[in-house]
Amino acid sequence: MLKKIALTAATALALSAGGAMAAGGGEQHIEDVAFSFEGPFGKFDQNQLQRGLKVYTEVCAACHGLQYVPLRTLGDEGGPHYSEAEVRAYAANFEVFDPELEDFRPAKPTDHFPANTAAGAPDLSLMAKARAGFHGPAGTGLNQLFKGMGGPEYITSILTGYTGKEKEEAGTIFYENTAFPGGWIAMAPPLSDEMVEFDDGHSNSLHHMSEDVSAFLMWAAEPKMMARKQAGFIGVLMLTILSVLLYLTNKRLWAPHKGKH
Amino acid sequence: MSGIPHDHYEPKSGIEKWLHKRLPVVGLVYDTIMIPTPKNLNWWWIWGIVLAYCLVHMIVTGIILVMHYTPHVDYAFASIEHIMRDVRGGHMIRYLHMNGASLFFFAVYIHIFRGLFYGSYKAPREVTWIIGMLIFLLMMATGFMGYVLPWGQMSFWGATVITGLFGAIPFIGEPIQTWLLGGPAVDNATLNRFFSLHYLLPFVIAALVIVHIWAFHTTGNNNPTGVEVRRGSKEEAAKDTLPFWPYFVIKDLFALAVILAIFFAVVGFMPNYLGHPDNYIEANPLVTPAHIVPEWYFLPFYAILRAFTADVWVVMFASWITGGIIDAKFFGVLAMFGAIIVMVLVPWLDTSRVRSGRFRPMFKWWFYLLLIDFVVLMWCGAMPAEPPYSTIALIGSAYWFAYFLVILPLLGVIEKPTAAPATIEEDFEAHYGTKATPAE
Repeated sequence: MLKKIALTAATALALSAGGAMAAGGGEQHIEDVAFSFEGPFGKFDQNQLQRGLKVYTEVCAACHGLQYVPLRTLGDEGGPHYSEAEVRAYAANFEVFDPELEDFRPAKPTDHFPANTAAGAPDLSLMAKARAGFHGPAGTGLNQLFKGMGGPEYITSILTGYTGKEKEEAGTIFYENTAFPGGWIAMAPPLSDEMVEFDDGHSNSLHHMSEDVSAFLMWAAEPKMMARKQAGFIGVLMLTILSVLLYLTNKRLWAPHKGKH
Repeated sequence: MSGIPHDHYEPKSGIEKWLHKRLPVVGLVYDTIMIPTPKNLNWWWIWGIVLAYCLVHMIVTGIILVMHYTPHVDYAFASIEHIMRDVRGGHMIRYLHMNGASLFFFAVYIHIFRGLFYGSYKAPREVTWIIGMLIFLLMMATGFMGYVLPWGQMSFWGATVITGLFGAIPFIGEPIQTWLLGGPAVDNATLNRFFSLHYLLPFVIAALVIVHIWAFHTTGNNNPTGVEVRRGSKEEAAKDTLPFWPYFVIKDLFALAVILAIFFAVVGFMPNYLGHPDNYIEANPLVTPAHIVPEWYFLPFYAILRAFTADVWVVMFASWITGGIIDAKFFGVLAMFGAIIVMVLVPWLDTSRVRSGRFRPMFKWWFYLLLIDFVVLMWCGAMPAEPPYSTIALIGSAYWFAYFLVILPLLGVIEKPTAAPATIEEDFEAHYGTKATPAE
C-alpha cells in the first residue's frame, strides 16, 4: 500500500517536474511542485519523508537546526514513522548539552533536534510555514485550499534556483538564486546531483532531493497535518449532517405558520 | 423584561414556587428565551447567535491554550510550538482559536452592516447600538493583543506599529506609549500585560453582551420592515411575533451549523490561510519584516490610518490651523478612530424617519457603495502604501466619512421613501400567507 502511494507520488512528482510556474512578486520564481500532501485529502508520503530526513541529516544539518522538532516524533504515525529502535539509533547521532550532567551526551528520543547557530543559518523547524511561495490571484491566496501557501515549493525553488553566478560584497560571497527575494543569497548551493544515496533506490537528482527535503521540512513544520485534515473532515461531515437535520426540523417547525401544512 | 406583552413565567410545582420567591432565575431565563420575536426576521438576523457562539468558542479554546502557554519573551514562541506538537489535540485547539478570531470578526462585520442597512441603530435602539460598538472596540483590542502572544515577527512588529499610534498624540503621546508598553519598546513587560488583558477583556465583552441583549429585549428586535411590533395587547403582539424558543433558536442553530461546517473546512484544510507566514518566525527586534500587515479584520481601518499622508490638503490644512500640532501621523490616528466614532454616532447622523433601508430607494445605493468601499479599503490595507493604492485608500476613506457625515444627514431630507407595510403580520403574510400571494 505504502509502496503504491510512494509510486503514485513519485509519478506525480516526475510529471510535475517539468511544469514550472512563476508566482509571487518581482523577479522571484517559485516552481509549483505537486506534493502528495496538498489539498484537503493530501497525505505525507512516508518514504519521501524518510528520504528528506536523510538529505537534512547529511547536508542541511551541518548548518541548520531543527530546534522545535522532538526527535521522538520521527516515530509518529503520519510522519517518517520509524520504529522505536530506529529513532533511538538516529537520535544518538546528535550530541546535546545536558544541564544535569553539565556535559554533552548523545541525544535521546525525548530530546529535540539540536539548534544550530554556528553558521548563522536560520532554524528550519518552521521554514515551510514561514515562507509563502504563492500569493494567489491578486494577492488573495485563494488557491491555498488546493496548493497550500507554497512553503515547500519555495524551499525546492531555492535549492534548485542557483544560476551559478557569484558576487562578493563586504567580504561575503552571494550566490545568484532565482527564487530568493532580491536574487542573491548568502547560502552556497548546498545540494548537487547524487549527493545523497537513498536506501529505497529513489532517484537522487538535485530536483528529487530538493523535493524530498522540502516535503520533510513541511512535515517538520506541521507534524499533525494529517490528524488535522482528518479532524476537519469529520467536523465538516458531522456538521453537514447536523445542518440537514436542523434544516428539516426548522422547516417542519415553521410550516404551520407559513401556510404550508 | 420585554416591552412586548407576552405570557410570563408562572411557577407551578412546589419547588419552583419555593425557588421563585427566593430567586426568580427560572423566570429570568424563561422570559429571555421566550421573548416575542418579529416573525418576519430574515437570514441576516442569524449572526447574533453566531457571535454568541464565537465568544464562548474563544473563551473555551483560549482557557485551554493558557494551560500550556508561557507568557515570556524567551518561551512564548516555543510554548506555541509545544502546544502544536506535544499537547494532545493542541494543534486543533490552537487553530480553532486562531481562526475563531476570524470567524468572530467576519460575523461582527455582517452583524454591524445588517444594523446599518435595516436602521437597527435608530430610536429606540441607540443604547443597544452603542453597547454593540463598545463590544466591537473591545474585540479589536482583544484581537490585537492576542495576535501579539505567539511572539512571532508580525506579533512584535504589529505591536510596535500599533502602540506607536499612541505615540503620535501630541505632547502626551510618548509617555502614554511608554506606559502602555511598560518600557521604552515592546518587550517582556508588554507581552505580560497584553496576556493579562487578553484574558480579562473577553469577560468584559461577555458582560457587555448581556447588557446588549438586555437592551434589545427591552425595545424588542428590529425587523426587515423596520415597523414596530404592535403592543396594544397580547393577542395583537402575537400576530406579529413568535417566541424566540423554539422558532428562532432552531433557525439560528441551523445557520450556525452551516457556518461551522465551512469554518471547520478552513481550520482543517487551510488553517494558515488568514495568517501571515512571518508569524512563524520568532520575534526579532533587530529584523524588520518587509511588509508589516495587520490581521485582515483590521485592514479597512489600517487603510484609513495610512490614507492621510502629509500631501493631502485636509492634512495640510489641519496642520496649518493647529500650528503643526496635528501632523500627518496624528491625523491618520484621528481618522482611524474617527471612522469608528462616526459609526457610534450614526443614530443621530441619520435624519431619516424611515428605519429600514428596504423602503429607502436612494439610501440603498449609497449603502451598497459603503459595502464596496469597506471591501476596497480592506484590500488597500493589505497593499503597500504607494500609488495607486494610496490614492484609492484616500478616496475610500473620504467616502466612509462622507457616508456618515454628509450623505446620511442629507438623505433624510431629500429622499422620498416608499410605502412600508402597516404591520409585521402584513409583511409576513405577503410572503407566506395561506390565502394571500403564493410563497416566495
